Order: sequence, then structure tokens, then C-alpha cells
Amino acid sequence: MTLLVVDDLAKEFGGIHAVEGLSFTINPGTIHSIIGPNGAGKTTLFNLITGVYTPSRGSILFEDNPINGLAPFDLAARGMSRTFQNLQIFFNMTALENIMVGMHLTLDRRLLPALFRFAGMERREREARERARELMSFVGLEAYADARADAMPYGALKRLEIARALAAEPRLLLLDEPAAGLNHSETAEIDDLIRRIAETGVTVMLVEHDMRLVMGISDHILVLDNGRKLGEGSAAEVRANPEVITAYLGAQRRGEEAHHEH
Amino acid sequence: MTMGGSLNTPRTGGLLLLGLVLVAVPWLLPNSFYFDVAIRALLNAMVCVGLNLLIGYAGQISLGHAGFLGIGAYATAILVSDDFGWPPALALAAGGLAAAALAFVVARPILRLKGHYLAMATLGLGIIISIVINTEEEFTGGPDGIMVNPLNLFGFTVDGEWTWYWLVAVALVVSVWLALNLIESPIGRALRAIHGSEVAAEVAGVDTTRFKVLIFVMSALLAAIAGSLGAHYGAFITPADVGFFRSIELVTMVVLGGMASVYGAVVGAVILTVLPQLLTGFQDYEHMVFGAILMLTMIFMPRGLVPSLIGAFSGRREEGRT
Repeated sequence: MTLLVVDDLAKEFGGIHAVEGLSFTINPGTIHSIIGPNGAGKTTLFNLITGVYTPSRGSILFEDNPINGLAPFDLAARGMSRTFQNLQIFFNMTALENIMVGMHLTLDRRLLPALFRFAGMERREREARERARELMSFVGLEAYADARADAMPYGALKRLEIARALAAEPRLLLLDEPAAGLNHSETAEIDDLIRRIAETGVTVMLVEHDMRLVMGISDHILVLDNGRKLGEGSAAEVRANPEVITAYLGAQRRGEEAHHEH
Repeated sequence: MTMGGSLNTPRTGGLLLLGLVLVAVPWLLPNSFYFDVAIRALLNAMVCVGLNLLIGYAGQISLGHAGFLGIGAYATAILVSDDFGWPPALALAAGGLAAAALAFVVARPILRLKGHYLAMATLGLGIIISIVINTEEEFTGGPDGIMVNPLNLFGFTVDGEWTWYWLVAVALVVSVWLALNLIESPIGRALRAIHGSEVAAEVAGVDTTRFKVLIFVMSALLAAIAGSLGAHYGAFITPADVGFFRSIELVTMVVLGGMASVYGAVVGAVILTVLPQLLTGFQDYEHMVFGAILMLTMIFMPRGLVPSLIGAFSGRREEGRT
């Protein structure tokens, strides 16, 4: 069974084809990276899959069900969860509460038990708090449990967002540049975290610019350029793909070499 | 079960403090004039607790909530009048239901708007309600206002300052208790998440539209109930009592007391109900004073009175709990 089937997907913004005729599949239990230069359509693709944008054309099947045009909260209920390239943290809440929002769909959302605090609301809230603490330690944020999100450093917020996404107990987790802005040791921690997430059986889709992270971690890589698929395969296959090398990896490698000389 | 948990939770501790203050206050009131001010303050506080759920917690502005208050007040005035002769409890329920139904119908299109547009739309809604009240003279008495029969509950007429004070105080404590419960529930977190980042809330599984509509309706319902009680209490209402300026007053109370603070809403309502009474010499400038308070709060104390004070005394504590 495939987890996600994207077929001939397209998104147009006023004449600009951000994603154009994209088809690929994702198998469950894999780490699947999407790479490509800026403007290649990676984040647009994430927004299409998670319902933030509606496709102009094409279809997306999640666990064999068409999900075109569904709202993000519907997709969350179906087992999809994500983080954002530019952090989307609830800065008006504590770290723990941020994660508890992630648990929204697993909790009792009826009005009357909330208003009058019956039907085990007290107990379930305690349990949710406990589970949120476990997730905090899973992502290595024990120290920040009661901290307000607006008092936390950037690197911790990146992991907080991942913990919040995991709190929804997704089967597909989409991470949009989880290592962006992180230093080497923080990136290594994210690398380790993504592997541990995949080990729990969650399928991970990843948009990332850090090639060392991508090449090391991915079971499968999809290369985009100008909204189209340039190539895909294992890390070794993508590295050997001549089109990919000329269009993207070559430039990237030259860039990295220049960077290392400094 | 209901007051559950231990006394040291912020919820139970705060409620106890509020209860104690409400019990102590009437003994300190020197005369009927101050009783009147206190009862009006508590009624305003009730509206503000609901309005703060919408503005402070969910981050959605409303400049038209006096309209919902007006629906409650006028439903009561008309339905308990000698022409209709409804029992007041039924009229109160009908007014609440009417306000909630109107809020529900307009919420979806209105709450799709953001920022200035939402402010304009709610402002327009309040003005439309006000115009209807002004022009339907046959029922509402038009600009001259309308007399309201006394509140009669199950054969017992609510009369006298003490009885009214206790009734309104209990109504406020219940409102505060419900609001605090709601905030510390998955629904409350969903509302605050909508304020924090709508797209992230949505992706986390929060049906943002549903919860915005829910809290808009609830705040309208609370305003209508307070409006209904206030109409009985005052025995007379005019369109000016439920007009545009009243809406601004309510928002100013919420902002001054503290956004996303239930007790802040109470404090803001009390201060801004009492203050004009102390400044009776400046009656002509009342609107200007309110405007100035709103501006100065936004500039110097954007979090509002109660969260700022708590922040100052306890280093840093969470706004959501107060």
C-alpha cells in the first residue's frame, strides 16, 4: 500500500506555475525528502498536500482517499501533521500548552463538559499534560516545560513545533526546513530526532536545504525545479542523476566548496 | 466535583477571592447611589467576561456587542410588557436565544474578515441593531425609550438594592467560573491558538471557523442575558443605552482590565463604571475620557491592568490563567 499518491498536481498563482504536473508516491515508513532551489515549489507542494492551498489541477490520495480541497483541520483528523518554514508557534502560550493544542483532536472538545468541567475533564486534562511532558522530553525540551514560548530560543522553538505536530499522532509528518537556521550540533540533534520519529512508524516528508542532512537521512529523494520533477530516487541515484547535478546539486556543491574556503 | 481540585489552583483561588470581595463590598457601600453603581458595574463585568473570551482570548474584535445587549434588553422590555405579559425568565431566555441566533447567522461571514474589516463589520452590525430599535417605535418606544416591568422570578419579585446586588453578583461569579473552565479546556486552548497563529491552529486540527463562531455566539448570549437583567433593574431603557458608544465602552473595559484575563475584564468593567460617577462634573467630556483611557492603555500598558500587575508582582506568569 502507498501512503500518499500525488498525480499530475498543479498550482497556479496568477499565471505563475508554482507546481506543474507533479506526480509521485510515498510509501509508509520511509523518510522522503524534497529538495530543489529556492522557488522550486517545495513549500507550495507542502501547502497543497496539507490543505493550506487548493490545487488548480490534479489529485492527491492519502491512504487511498482523495483529499483535494479538504481543509487543513480535516487532513489533521485524517492523520497528517506538519511544521512551517517560518515558525508558527503560539507565542501567547507556554511550551506545554503549544503541544496540548497539537493534541486537540485526541481530546474531548465538547462544550458542556468544558464549561461545567464534568465527564472526566479534569482527569483527561491531567493525562494530556502528562503526555505533553513526555513529548517534550522526546524532542529534548524537558527544561522548557513551563516556559512561555516567547521566552524560548529559536532552536528550541523548532523542536517545539515538531513536538506539537507529533502530538496529533500523525501517520504522515511533513517538516518544512526543520534545520533552517540551526548550527551544526543543533542540526545533528534534528537529524537524530527525525530518525527516532521514523522509527516509531511515522512516515516523514522533509523539505530541507542542508544536503548533508538530506543525503544521510532520506530513503527517497524528490528533486524539484520550477515546480516540476527533475528526478527522484535514493540518495545515490539522485547524486548520480546528470540532470540533477547540472541543475541543482552541482551548483550547490560549488557553493558549498566556496563556502568552506572561507 | 465541580469546584474540583485543590484550593491552590489559580482557578479556585481566584474564584474564592472574587467571592470574598463581592460579599464584602455591599457592607462598605455608604448609600443607594453607590449600590446602584456597584450593580451596574457587575452587570458590565458580566458582559466583559464574555467579550474578553472573544477579544482577549480568541483575538477577534467586536465593536457591536452593545447590539446583543440591546436585543436582550428590548426582548425583555417588550415581552414582559403588559401587552405580551410573558414571564420574565421566559423573556430572558427568548432574548438570549434571539441574540445567539443572530450572532450565529452573522458569525460565519463576519469572522472570515480580519483586523479592520472585522471591526467595521461588527460596528455595522451594532449600528443596524441600533437603527432597528430606534425606528420600530411601535414595539420599542423609539428614541424615547421604554418602561420595563419588574423582574418576577417564580412568584418572587426581585426588588431592592440588596436583592439585586446578590442576584447580579451570583450571575457574575457563575459567568467567571464558566469562562475560567472554558479557558482551561481544549476549547480554550483552541481559542488562544487561533489568536496565536490561525494557520498553525488549523493544521493542528482546530476547526477555526467553528470555534470563532462558538465564542462569538457565547459572548453575544452573555451580553443579552446581562442586557435583560439590566433592563429589569433600571426599569427603563433607551436606544442610547445599547448604542455605538456602549460598544466602545465595553471594549475599553476589556482592554483596560487586560486582554486574555477573565479577572481583568471584571476589574476593567468596575473601574470604568465607577470612574464616570466620580467625574460627574465632567459629564460632557465622558466620551473623550473613555477615548483617552483606551489610547493611553494601548500605548503604555498594552497587556492591560491585571496582567501587567500580575507580571510586575510575580516576575512572569502566564496571561492565560488570570
